[in-house]
Amino acid sequence: MLKLFRFLKPYIPSIVAVFFLTFFQAISELYLPTLMSDIVDNGIVNGDTDYILTVGGRMLVIALLGMVCAVFSSLLSSRTSSGFGKLLRSKVFSRVESFSLQEFERFGTASLITRTTNDITQLQHVVMMMMRMMLRAPMMCIGGIIMAVSKDPVLSLGIFSAIPLLAMVIMLVSRKGMPLFKAMQLKLDRLNLVLRERLTGIRVIRAFNRTDYEKRRFNEANRDLTETAVRVNKIMALLMPAMSLILNYTIIAIIWFGSTRIDHGQMQVGDLMAFIQYVGMIMFSMLMLSMIFVIIPRASVSAARINEVLETECSIRDPLHTERSSAGVYAGISTAAQESAQTDHDGILATGDRAGKSTHTAVHTSVGIGSAATATDAVQSMSASGQGASGVCAGAAGTVNTRNPDSGASRDNCDSVALRANETDADTGTFVGAVGGGISRDSAAGTDTGLYTSGTPCAGMSATDMSATADASPANCDKSAVYPDKHGSVRFENVTFCYPGAEKPAVSGVSFCANPGEVTAIIGGTGSGKSTLLKLLLRFYDVGSGRILIDNQDIREMPIQALRAKIGYVPQQSVLFTGTIAENLRYGKEDASAEELKRAIEIAQADEFVSQMPEGIDSFIEQGGINVSGGQKQRLSIARALIRKPEIYLFDDCFSALDFKTDAKLRRALKKETANSTMIIVAQRVSTVIDADQIVVLDEGKAVGIGRHRELLDKCGVYREIVSSQMSLEELA
Amino acid sequence: MKDMPEGKGSRHAAEMNIREMRRHLPMGRPGGGPRGMVQPAPKVKDFKGTAKRLLTYLKPYKLHFFAVFFLAALSTLFNIVSPKIMGQATTELFEGMMEKLQAVPGAGVDFGFIKYILITLAALYLASALFGYLQQFIMAGVVQKIVYDMRRDINDKLSRLPLKYFDAHAHGEILSRVTNDVDNISSTLQQSITQLVTAAVTLIGITVMMLTISPLMTLLVCLVILPLSFIVTKFIAGRSQKYFVRQQAVLGELNGHVEEMYGGHVIVKAFGREQQSIEEFNEVNERLYEAGWKGAFLSGLIMPLMHLINNLGYVLVCVVGAIFVMRRVIQIGDVQAFMQYSHQFTHPITQTASIANIFQSIVASAERVFEILDEPEEIPDKADAKVIEFPRGDVQFENVKFSYKKDAPLIEDMNIDVKRGQTIAIVGPTGAGKTTLVNLLMRFYEIDGGRITIDGVDIRDIKRGNLRSIFGMVLQDTWLFNGTIRENIAYGNENATMEEIIEAAKAALADHFIRTLPDGYDTVINEDASNISQGQKQLLTIARAILADPAILILDEATSNVDSRTEWLIQRAMARLMEGRTSFVIAHRLSTIRDADLILVMNEGRIIEKGTHNELLAKGGFYAELYNSQFTDRAV
Repeated sequence: MLKLFRFLKPYIPSIVAVFFLTFFQAISELYLPTLMSDIVDNGIVNGDTDYILTVGGRMLVIALLGMVCAVFSSLLSSRTSSGFGKLLRSKVFSRVESFSLQEFERFGTASLITRTTNDITQLQHVVMMMMRMMLRAPMMCIGGIIMAVSKDPVLSLGIFSAIPLLAMVIMLVSRKGMPLFKAMQLKLDRLNLVLRERLTGIRVIRAFNRTDYEKRRFNEANRDLTETAVRVNKIMALLMPAMSLILNYTIIAIIWFGSTRIDHGQMQVGDLMAFIQYVGMIMFSMLMLSMIFVIIPRASVSAARINEVLETECSIRDPLHTERSSAGVYAGISTAAQESAQTDHDGILATGDRAGKSTHTAVHTSVGIGSAATATDAVQSMSASGQGASGVCAGAAGTVNTRNPDSGASRDNCDSVALRANETDADTGTFVGAVGGGISRDSAAGTDTGLYTSGTPCAGMSATDMSATADASPANCDKSAVYPDKHGSVRFENVTFCYPGAEKPAVSGVSFCANPGEVTAIIGGTGSGKSTLLKLLLRFYDVGSGRILIDNQDIREMPIQALRAKIGYVPQQSVLFTGTIAENLRYGKEDASAEELKRAIEIAQADEFVSQMPEGIDSFIEQGGINVSGGQKQRLSIARALIRKPEIYLFDDCFSALDFKTDAKLRRALKKETANSTMIIVAQRVSTVIDADQIVVLDEGKAVGIGRHRELLDKCGVYREIVSSQMSLEELA
Repeated sequence: MKDMPEGKGSRHAAEMNIREMRRHLPMGRPGGGPRGMVQPAPKVKDFKGTAKRLLTYLKPYKLHFFAVFFLAALSTLFNIVSPKIMGQATTELFEGMMEKLQAVPGAGVDFGFIKYILITLAALYLASALFGYLQQFIMAGVVQKIVYDMRRDINDKLSRLPLKYFDAHAHGEILSRVTNDVDNISSTLQQSITQLVTAAVTLIGITVMMLTISPLMTLLVCLVILPLSFIVTKFIAGRSQKYFVRQQAVLGELNGHVEEMYGGHVIVKAFGREQQSIEEFNEVNERLYEAGWKGAFLSGLIMPLMHLINNLGYVLVCVVGAIFVMRRVIQIGDVQAFMQYSHQFTHPITQTASIANIFQSIVASAERVFEILDEPEEIPDKADAKVIEFPRGDVQFENVKFSYKKDAPLIEDMNIDVKRGQTIAIVGPTGAGKTTLVNLLMRFYEIDGGRITIDGVDIRDIKRGNLRSIFGMVLQDTWLFNGTIRENIAYGNENATMEEIIEAAKAALADHFIRTLPDGYDTVINEDASNISQGQKQLLTIARAILADPAILILDEATSNVDSRTEWLIQRAMARLMEGRTSFVIAHRLSTIRDADLILVMNEGRIIEKGTHNELLAKGGFYAELYNSQFTDRAV
């Protein structure tokens, strides 16, 4: 939790002020009984009315001053705690927004929401409590002890003997109570779970006649929870009476010993009265302090959860060398990246690693072309020693980004140097069709570039079939050279990816090309890695090995924003946001004109229902899009992608909620619209992929066939299985 | 809080603070949202009626409550008496000392008397603590039992509610009523009932005690403290309320934004909208800060102000008391007692002010709970309801009429005659209301007219349990519970042996993947069933249906959940399963549709066409158009 207090930094002056204000207030509080004892010991004993009134007046002034201090301290602590909450919330939210899917899914949506909202509110309250009460309690406690000792040191011994007793009671109760509190929370969660299952599964439960069983399950959880709750409360019931008993008995003891001291003339009555009041103050502050034991554990759980988010770095970063070229356009993002590079130390490893990877590419190209020896030297020394790299790097390239002083950043500059070397090589025009490290791979692993990846040749295919289709693939890829004016050619090169923690890779050794003006369909069963391919292309995750190229550039070398700006993505689950339909569509392109909106809606086959809505395109979409149907949502989410006019369209199985008719109409309209774009469609229905220029058949993460429908029917067993499961045999004829 | 001079005061103050702290730490609260510091009291529709009904829950524990009241009153009373008694000791000390000063012969403190007083005090404190503990102890048990009863009642009620209720209410809302609202009732009940008693007894007791000491000073104290306290409480509560309402609204807005952005994270990223999202967040966050600190500051003002009022009383008592003592009107011990009393005086006042709010919140929660309990229930089985022991699976719809909403008829005059073993394909766009058929067949919803019969018996004359056991269901939204795979498969047949379970799993082609899981059939499916894939879940639900061995099947050809290859294999298993059974299939596969004995074409919730494939094609209606748009002009 202490780590999070760094967000209190801007409020240090306030906190210091609160500290002093609280201090003065405590003093004023502590001073009152002393004045009271003066009234008794001097005023009453001497019968001096004037003295009594003067002291009384002084008491009033002090009480007033105390209040003023308290008011200001309350003002400052409110601002501080709210400000702390604001800052923390903002940091957490921005951090989460920076997360890629990898980090995002590690936490889960629900958990991230709680961390951003409830957990922070918790902490905010704790900060306020601390400033308002917890700061005061120790001051009052210590101040009270000092005052008591100054009144009568001997009698103070009574206080010192009571304090350990009090502490013991608090310890005992909390040691017994705390585990039970925790158990209670678990049992409450259990009850919630049982109930939630009961609600979501109501049809199944009733269909299987298991209502009584579910009732029993709930009752068990209920009884379990109740028993624990009773025990906790019975233990906690002990705390208050025990503490007040100790307090009162201390006072009795003090009166007893105090009276003998008074009798011996060692003490005055007013002092005893004041002393009793101090005892009250001390004990009460002890009690307040004990509350810390209740608050801290709960707050530290929240704090740990928040910290976890803040300490998670996004695994997917912009390449730093693009900072200059795109500084104007992507200013916001690159500064964010820079910020993270400066604050993050773990990141060094990651960037270093990547630098290493790119160096290999550079080695290949520079050797192949035989370019400047200095570059090769730099590259080699880089891979030899990471630490000393920056110097060599500077020597080789002459330009080092001085904005990032730490070594991680400069190593990234090396990365950029190497890459630029790579680019210049390409510019020489020697290998137009195969820039970026493909050369060496082609010769080393020629089979990999084909369709069939290691180990699992497609069932029922002969060797000649394989070579035949393998021939088709490079031809397919070359088309980008034929249409140089068209952008957006996508190439997967031997891509392998493994989800974190997964045993088997979700995608392994996949290679294919998707060209502008063509439709590439990806088909395969659940878990075969279809959606993963799209997510890799969007760089929600980075590939484990291999590369993905867009227009012959590795996507890891592009600024993420620029990459995603090329892509119109329609996810499997349509997500719309609160706002009008127009606002939702403009998500794709902020400055889209009314004409563009209209067109996109028409193509997406959404014009009919949109025009039927009360306010047409300005109709409001409720949170979660609950006021439009699943099919309508899908069509709007397609329109949103269309409006971008991207180079690449990614449709992730997004026709599933459409009826056959709309599906067919939509695909026909899409075909016209996307004539110049690369279109990649993930599909489950064979009917969706039948017309595609190219179908990639995935099975357990591997591409087991690439070709047109007819070719695949002949050659690919897996494809045939899929088709025959969806259509009866005579239709295949 | 004002530091209490001693004894009772401190205890009170401490209790106050703990309560306040609890309120500051948001726990589960009605509505599910995080609760602000002092949330405005929620609106209640029928306060009196609900409060009365809440009392019926307390009634069985009448005796307990009397005991609690009695003990709380006693405990408070002892505490109230003690300052006055302690004052006697102080007086004795003072007198003895004064006499000594004046050199009265044989003068001195009467230690015998002081000892007597202190022993009395010790006894009083002990009794007070004991009673206090007992009262809390009893309360803990009683309140939790009340809450237990309440949850049990809701639980029973939930099993009697018709499906209509669950379809019409968000799960989160029902959940929040059962947990958060009930929780709110329990925690506030526990504190506020005794608090009310204590506050009342304290207020009256202190007034009485003060009057016995000095009516004049009592009047003075009351004149200062009472009106000022009320003014401060009212003034601040009103102002801060305004900000809290605003804060709550903004917080809702902020949570909404967070939920939405996190929920659509993929889209935000894919469309590069992170910056806009953060900007919007910061804007709302700023507003939250403004409303938040103002509300917190204003409500935080109560403390120092009440404190000041307290101190005013304190000073007044000191000065006036001192003068009175000098004039021998009262004794010094009485002044000491008075100081303590005047300090304790403000707490019950602020307490009662908040108690009104707390009760309102209890009643509001109770009202939400009672709303569930008041929902109309399923029509109970007829007394002479029948049981079909060996169902054949003939299904007939005779002039069936049905609608979800009164003015929007969905099905009018439908007649279907299904013979045992036939397959009925239901075709239409997604969301065309295919679940309606399930709802009617299984009597999840009641039809408005006509009748549905199984083996010639009206389903309304069949015991619900029996009726539902005739059906087997594999729907697209798989539902598994947090338990082992074995338990989940055996869900439809509690007495199934392990062999039967494995048999069913094999038939559903699930055996293989189950055996690859770490604990095989004993693998526990976790809370959100995320440790197995969607397709695997589907397989398990199929195995579950197979094991239940129903006469009639309702299947959803869930293309988007089970992968195509597995689906093809499942198809065989299903074909075997469907043999000899009547099957209603929500069909996606052309082969199923074409081979069906009857096709029901649904659109927008209505059955618009029915017939065989050839009949419907010949008819040239919606189905024909659907079919042609899908399967012609293809290179098939």
